Amino acid sequence: MDINFAFLVISIAKIAAIIGWVYGITWAIGQPSRWVKVAGIVGAFGIVQLAISVPIGGSPILSDFDTGLLFEACAMAMVVLGLNFIYGFNGQFSLGQWAFYGIGAYTAADITYRWINGDAKGLIVVGFGVALEALMIWAVYNFLRRYQGVPVLSAFTLYLLGSVGVGAVAMLIGRGVSPLLAPLFGSTAAPGILASGLALQVVYCLAVLLAGALAAEVSFLFGLPVLSLGSDYFGIATLGFVIVVDTLMINSDTILPFPEMKGGRGMIGIPKLTTWFWAFAFLLAIVVVMRNIIHSSTGRAVMSVREDETAAKVMGIDIANYKLLSFVIGSLFAGIGGAVYAHFIGFLSPGTFDFLVSFNPLIIVVFGGLGSMTGSLAASFGWMFFLEGFLRVILGQLGTEAPTWRFVLYPISLLLLMLLRPKGLLGSVEWGFLRAPLAPMRQHEPAKLAVQPAAGEEISINRPG
Amino acid sequence: MEVSSAASQAVPRARQSGRRLVWIGKGLLWLIAAFALVILVRDFVRDPALFVQIVISGLQLGFVYALIALGYTMVYGIVKLINFAHGDVFMVGSFVSFYAVTRFQLHTWPAAVFPSLPQTWVVLIGSTSVVLLSMVVCAVMAVTIERTAYKPLRDAPRIAALITAIGVSFFLEFFGALGFVFSPRFIPYQRPFDVVTWYFHQGFYKVQPGQSPPDNSVTFSNIFLLIIAASVLMQLLLQFLVRHTKIGKAMRAASFDKPTSRLMGINVDAIISFTFAIGAAFAGLGGVLYAIAYSSIWTQLGILPGLKAFVAAVLGGIGSIPGAFVGALIMGQAEALTMGYISTPMRDAVAFAILILVLLIRPTGIFGEPEKEKA
Repeated sequence: MDINFAFLVISIAKIAAIIGWVYGITWAIGQPSRWVKVAGIVGAFGIVQLAISVPIGGSPILSDFDTGLLFEACAMAMVVLGLNFIYGFNGQFSLGQWAFYGIGAYTAADITYRWINGDAKGLIVVGFGVALEALMIWAVYNFLRRYQGVPVLSAFTLYLLGSVGVGAVAMLIGRGVSPLLAPLFGSTAAPGILASGLALQVVYCLAVLLAGALAAEVSFLFGLPVLSLGSDYFGIATLGFVIVVDTLMINSDTILPFPEMKGGRGMIGIPKLTTWFWAFAFLLAIVVVMRNIIHSSTGRAVMSVREDETAAKVMGIDIANYKLLSFVIGSLFAGIGGAVYAHFIGFLSPGTFDFLVSFNPLIIVVFGGLGSMTGSLAASFGWMFFLEGFLRVILGQLGTEAPTWRFVLYPISLLLLMLLRPKGLLGSVEWGFLRAPLAPMRQHEPAKLAVQPAAGEEISINRPG
Repeated sequence: MEVSSAASQAVPRARQSGRRLVWIGKGLLWLIAAFALVILVRDFVRDPALFVQIVISGLQLGFVYALIALGYTMVYGIVKLINFAHGDVFMVGSFVSFYAVTRFQLHTWPAAVFPSLPQTWVVLIGSTSVVLLSMVVCAVMAVTIERTAYKPLRDAPRIAALITAIGVSFFLEFFGALGFVFSPRFIPYQRPFDVVTWYFHQGFYKVQPGQSPPDNSVTFSNIFLLIIAASVLMQLLLQFLVRHTKIGKAMRAASFDKPTSRLMGINVDAIISFTFAIGAAFAGLGGVLYAIAYSSIWTQLGILPGLKAFVAAVLGGIGSIPGAFVGALIMGQAEALTMGYISTPMRDAVAFAILILVLLIRPTGIFGEPEKEKA
């Protein structure tokens, strides 16, 4: 029953430091000078890298446990940002991001796992599959544009049939091409060109991006029929998607043809390729991309759907398309997050992607504040270090049963938050460059605006699908 | 954007009506339906006894789902909230009966009080009192949840209330999983009465202890009969309550238009609490029956049956009481047939596929009438 006070103080200092770090980097990127931006990014990267790798007085500041939490927080932040884009900015209540996280994790893990075992099939099949699927979606989309008011079910059927065809073609390509690459891997005695460390890094980077793209394409197929439902039905349907994907993961070696995933026993032997550089780079890329989307005309259209669908429709915004767009982008982020997660933990088990865990991103988003990227980032890091790190250890010192109280504290805090401060802890506060940028200096042409007041940016004809 | 410039530069081509493509979606549906029908007919012809056995297990499941679905449909009808915690109320119902039977031997009280009572009556009265206790505890709990968690959010956005419901659901699950509450383990459930099994093989026969029914026979137990009887009874009771009593009239009025019914002197808050209580009592009964039928309980017992019962309510037309009943029977069949003929793990997938299909094809469900849009 004795609590280690030094640990308590250090933990609080670490949480404060990581939140301060988030503030610092957003502030630095928000500065007008390019040099400050670059220095801020390099400094933010370097200071954590130093804390991970340079030992001070025998051990580095961030222990292995802390480093794991840090990487997990980065992966979680990606999912949470994606969910915030869907729910906070577009108003669609998705409980399904955890499934896309899982899809991304398993896809990327399968690619690199096969690669280090001298098999390029995973990369080739997923790579060609994702590319062909994108082509197929583009072609079907353009075909459907010729029609007005296509029923959702018909559009979905076309996309589904196309995807089945694309999958078959990609499998054939993989079967044909991967034996040709096999000699390039060499043997264990004489490793070939593809077995080198550099090739592995490139494959890792590709795998993460492909995993994100695959998750995005799956979310396109799933979101097309489901997003036309009402908001709370959409939530339940996406929850169902998580359950189905989890079931498929548990049976990935029996129902699905992936013996290397080992079903419910969990996939082991995934190369641990996620370094701080990659985690930081992917997170930064996602933050920048999302911030730029939000402060563009697309982002304003996405937000207008949240505010009032009827008004948005009257303004000429294609609601269905923007819902689908935000869902796909959010799932892309979730897929990338899953891939990053898979490669630092090195072990994937379906239990990680259980639907009970799938509420964690939602809780974090609600905590951080709906529609606040800062809130999502800060809450992701704070959540990991506070609840998973600090509280687990502190409660562990209180007794063997005490750690399970964490799971009672989550829902209670969620309930209190919904009752007392439904905006989330940070509300709609944005730090640094995440804030809306100042309007660029622009010459207003009032006369022209007066002539055609309706020709705003958001006019789009009512597209099908 | 390129769309606006294209629109301003050239008159867009006249686009054909997308109605022409309806056949693609319909074709997919017919294909799925034909596929399912072919599988069912093939399996029926191959082994009729097994088929009937699966249908019976589906009925058993469906009648339990019906009890849960009633609570979903009533609550959704009146406050437009997916009461996510309903499945956990169901779980609490089964745990209450577990403690009543195993710890406190509540089902034997008639024998202790009236020693001369025949055994059948002891079992009947004892089991009924266990069930009633579960129903009352669940009803009280649901009203407490409604008053503390949902009532302050009645004017908030619907999703805020849904998140609160998720929070309540998690709280019940994980608080129940604490060691001193229910413990996180699977707990074997002791039935308050003995199971009697009959089989049908050129006539009905009772299965004697130690004897197994002959091949190609269809077996069913008194649990199956009990579940059907209880579920149908509750259905009729609820129909009577909603159609022919004053409080039922008030419930219908409140679900139709809350402000107006308030003006008519109806205490809407009390009606909502009453609805929660009724729904939770049915869920408690369902929990007891589920535990009796499947004889193993744990704190996450209620999640999936709860979700499936919600799907059943949507399938039947949410807000409609006969709809929930019919939807639940269909769900039970779909699940049992999937387990029997496709694969056991895919039982959950089928439930959610049904949800998505129903919402796409007929969002109001089988019995639902087109709903006016409310904010």
